[in-house]
Amino acid sequence: MNRDRLKRQTTNLLIHAILIFGAVIVLFPFVWMVLGSFKSYNDATTSGFTPREWLWSNYPEAIVTMNGSVPCQFDAGNPLAILNQCLLLRYFVNTIFVGIVVVLGVLTTGVLAGYAFARLNFPGRNLLFVILIATLMIPFELTLVPNFVFMTWFPTPESWIATALGLSREGVQNWINTYYALIVPFTASVFSIFLFRQFFRGIPNELFDAALLDGAKHSRFLWSVVLPLSKPALVTSALLTFLGTWNALMWPLLVTNAPQMRPIQVGLTQFIGEAGTQVQLLMAGATMTVIPIMILYLILQRWFVEGISSAGIRG
Amino acid sequence: MATQDQPRVISHPGSVTAVTTPPRTRPRVQWFAYLYILPAFLIIFVFHILPVGYAIWISMQSGAVRRFQFVGLDNYVRALNAPEFWSSLQTTVFYTLGTVPFTMALGLGIAYLLFQKIRGRGIYRAIYFMPYIISTVASAIVWAWVFDPRTGLANQVLALFGVSAQQWLIEPTGVFKLIGEGMRVPVPGWAEGPSLALVAIMIFAVWQALGFSIVIFLAGLGNINAELYEAARIDGANGSQLFRHITLPLLAPTTFFLLVISLIYSLQAFNHIFAMNQSAAQQLGGPLGTTRTLSIFMFQALYEQNRAGYASAIAVLLSLMILALTLVQFKYFGRSGENA
Repeated sequence: MNRDRLKRQTTNLLIHAILIFGAVIVLFPFVWMVLGSFKSYNDATTSGFTPREWLWSNYPEAIVTMNGSVPCQFDAGNPLAILNQCLLLRYFVNTIFVGIVVVLGVLTTGVLAGYAFARLNFPGRNLLFVILIATLMIPFELTLVPNFVFMTWFPTPESWIATALGLSREGVQNWINTYYALIVPFTASVFSIFLFRQFFRGIPNELFDAALLDGAKHSRFLWSVVLPLSKPALVTSALLTFLGTWNALMWPLLVTNAPQMRPIQVGLTQFIGEAGTQVQLLMAGATMTVIPIMILYLILQRWFVEGISSAGIRG
Repeated sequence: MATQDQPRVISHPGSVTAVTTPPRTRPRVQWFAYLYILPAFLIIFVFHILPVGYAIWISMQSGAVRRFQFVGLDNYVRALNAPEFWSSLQTTVFYTLGTVPFTMALGLGIAYLLFQKIRGRGIYRAIYFMPYIISTVASAIVWAWVFDPRTGLANQVLALFGVSAQQWLIEPTGVFKLIGEGMRVPVPGWAEGPSLALVAIMIFAVWQALGFSIVIFLAGLGNINAELYEAARIDGANGSQLFRHITLPLLAPTTFFLLVISLIYSLQAFNHIFAMNQSAAQQLGGPLGTTRTLSIFMFQALYEQNRAGYASAIAVLLSLMILALTLVQFKYFGRSGENA
């Protein structure tokens, strides 16, 4: 018995040693990034693990560099003006705004369609669902060029109305460099529809029958019975969607060229050129963009991981 | 599938529900369902379905976006005759071979260790998964510094082993040739392998994708019936036998799913390469085009050269490859799904 326990403890210890070694390698770049963000240029470009002197000033300097060397000034009389002045802040606001609207869109379209496919009876239901699933096979690259062309065609509603009413002489604007281009194409996701459909099918039929016997309409049943029960599916879909918009790169690169419209990833890409060889500024910039998503991850870690694994297993 | 949704009255005519529910002979058609699916279908039709046909149309045009001219299959002929197309296909294959097997093998190994009822499993899992959450651009900035030829850590680590400093992200020479030079063995041109720059990007990509494969493998391991292990253990099977005869075969669907997903992702490789090229102050696809994958090649045609038709033709060719892989997956999963 005792020898058995000893053997198991040794194995456990060995496993922990391997796992810790791996974890250190995985975490190291983050540690290196944060440490680097506090170093002076000389300190960063010579060997040495921790900063000789902890320089907080790299952070404001990185923000100013992002602005093209113009400091951010807060004007109490016009507080919103800082959004046009302070690009880092603007990048964040853009990304968060786009992320939230996209998530709301994906949840709305996904819940409605998912409910219809799970619970309602209508001709062509299976065929439409198969068509939907088939679109998962279409790679992003194929639709990229046409969608880019669409962005140069579609008029923004406000400029269209203003022109029609004769209020604007600038003419009709297209979607390039607008939030529409960053938001609208992503407001429905087949993956989310599929997720909701699967989840709604799992809700017991008895609940469904009872509610409908009470004379509740489908819309009310969906809102007051199904949705409160579907928190896991809602959170998973919201998190994965938000993460997708937060990390999007190729599309925003194509459809934004004004600094004011850039999301954070494109802004950071631009910043690589602006900071040049100033490694410590690059690290400060990267750290600032990583911290919000890192905090979100640490709080909602379980949801992220389980969302991914359920998504993966279901395909 | 459809029967599950019909009112239970029909499947159990004699049950208690049948007595309390008003009898329904046929499920009623709920026409308002079309309103429920309309918003989703509108978006998916306009931005996913319509563009497929339009992409094929554009691929037969020449000129910039607003001045298209029909040229038939000219763009395809051009792409298939361009040396850059074939070199980017080769780079894509290198990238796939250098990332997918490593990510999967490491992922399976770590997932298996984590699965051994280890204390702190949740913490390990959270740590290993973290790189997958962090944006590619931010982590590429750090990795590009690690691979900096003058001040980077990678060269300091190599120095510990007595290896001379390397140029990493700005090195176009093939990695096998470099190793050969180090060991004074001549390597023929065809066996040069991927450039060291591409290898550095692949290391970065494996680091980032590892967490994903661990999480998927963990989910797959969780689906294996624990009683099987118990039974085999009672029969006297040891650890490696359990792994070979129970874990691996029963994990096959998960492995296959992950393999296909990873292959598709790596065929589409873009973000890692774009961000690393930028961070190393290289041209897109540089040095000397040795990190130009098909996605990068397509993006350059569109973004740098403003040749929408040519870019579309490349995208169609890329999509055909991805489609082939996806069909393999669907076929396999269709079959394994029946067994499960």
